[in-house]
Amino acid sequence: METGALGKVYEDGDLLVRQGDPGDCLFVIQEGTVEILMEQGGREKLLRTSGPGELIGEMAIFEHEARSATVRARGRVRALTVDKKNFLRRIHEDPSLAYRLVQTLSRRVRDLSRRLAEVDA
Amino acid sequence: MTDTRHSPDWTLGDGSRIGVIGSGPAGSFFSYFLFDLAHRTGIDLEVDLYESRDFTRPAPQGCNMCGGIISETLVQNLATEGINLPASIIQRGLDSYVLHMDVGSVRIETPLHEKRIGAIHRGPGPRDVREIKWESFDGYLQRLAMDKGARRIQDRVTAYGRTPDGRPRVTLKSGNTTVYDLLAVAVGVNSPALKLFESEVGYRPPRSVKTFIREYYLGKETVDAVLGNSMHIFLLNLPRLEFAAFIPKGEYASLCLLGDDIDKELVTRFLESPEVTRAFPVRFDPAKGSCQCSPRINVDGALHPYADRLVFLGDAGVTRLYKDGIGAAYRTAKAAAATAVLHGVSERHFREHYAPLCRSIAQDNRLGKFAFAVTRGIQQRRFARRAVLDMTSGEQKGRAARRMSGVLWDMFTGSSPYRSIVLRSLHPAFLGRLAWNSGASLLRGRE
Repeated sequence: METGALGKVYEDGDLLVRQGDPGDCLFVIQEGTVEILMEQGGREKLLRTSGPGELIGEMAIFEHEARSATVRARGRVRALTVDKKNFLRRIHEDPSLAYRLVQTLSRRVRDLSRRLAEVDA
Repeated sequence: MTDTRHSPDWTLGDGSRIGVIGSGPAGSFFSYFLFDLAHRTGIDLEVDLYESRDFTRPAPQGCNMCGGIISETLVQNLATEGINLPASIIQRGLDSYVLHMDVGSVRIETPLHEKRIGAIHRGPGPRDVREIKWESFDGYLQRLAMDKGARRIQDRVTAYGRTPDGRPRVTLKSGNTTVYDLLAVAVGVNSPALKLFESEVGYRPPRSVKTFIREYYLGKETVDAVLGNSMHIFLLNLPRLEFAAFIPKGEYASLCLLGDDIDKELVTRFLESPEVTRAFPVRFDPAKGSCQCSPRINVDGALHPYADRLVFLGDAGVTRLYKDGIGAAYRTAKAAAATAVLHGVSERHFREHYAPLCRSIAQDNRLGKFAFAVTRGIQQRRFARRAVLDMTSGEQKGRAARRMSGVLWDMFTGSSPYRSIVLRSLHPAFLGRLAWNSGASLLRGRE
């Protein structure tokens, strides 16, 4: 890895987040692709994949619930951890910082609505 | 002053012209967020970004005289803004620091063993760089601002005044004169441009002290082997020295000394300290570097860093004491951009929406001065230095919660507000462990 690369490297198959674990941070993918998986009845279901620049695990910032899904590296991944406390402190100072998070959540709602419509059809 | 809050003339609209003097982090962040927020609100702005330096050329033409650390807080904040710093501008990702004292050294890792701090060259690199192999940090931010729509003007602002209707007017070295709806001053305390604004009612430039920065060419392999991915910090009993760090970069390392007017004698005494010579490569002469400078840094915020249609950002306004100056540039630049786009550009708008952040940073700096006074007390007492070393070493071996490690980490990396550091260091468990380690250290001293 280059000396200037920030974040932590996860090898293929490494877990960034495990479903059911407590969450106190979010991740910003710097390089590579991660799989977002939901485990139900002992089976894994791939919900989506995420790549560079995308925010992962953002629900942990606003909820005190356990992680709702597992995040696994597909190939080599470099991700930066964003501390919940630091992020909330900064949002308190600058609420516009939450804009991108709201934008991300809005995209996900739109995507889910589209998929739901496809299932109904 | 008349109430101007509701006057439509004070709001920015389509075609409003904004001048930004200085394209360091504060100026580039301000331009970037102006466009970002204007885009969200559907306004088309025109932004001129004045910068006489050329960040594509090695020092001194492109140098910004800075140690070059991006704190972990800023790295995270930028990532959540969608600005992911590429490996081509981060000279080295840092995952730890090594604290050097006469009583020993201790390495402190980030809690997540993650490279969370970026060591950068603000310009394209030191004086002896002939072929530029990387992009400068300031050049990268300038490019982000230009990609959003800012127009870069490579010229020097030589005069400032107001039109009869109160709009700021700047005259350039080339002789051109331009009138703006808003002017942002984002120059450093070393810039002569600050003097142009001393006539502005209420503005007083920040107080500054002299520092020392020297760049060393070591080669990548030597940097890897000797310094690794750690920032090396020295807590030495030298009068007037508040903070000293040796920061590894790609092929270079930067030495930064902060304190009360660092002079040649203090630099020599520091470099001759055994703790310092041990940290340098064997048979290396620390008196010879690639280049060096003694820039001044802001240690006390400016008085009244705003007026009608005028705002002072980053070092020209208020910055954090000794640490995370780039983080303070980001915070002040974004707050000023949000005020201008979402509220207006009168003195009252800045007082209501920009001044609270400036006051918050200034208040935190007062606690920072207290924290550095305590650190100075530790520097001067051998038993206290040994107590800090023992307590930190124990924590790093997993024998206790990382209380001292966390306090030192945030103190030296600028990752947390000074208020948070002071509060954590007043925690009974922290004080109890420190007292126990101090007692043990005093007893060992008698033996």
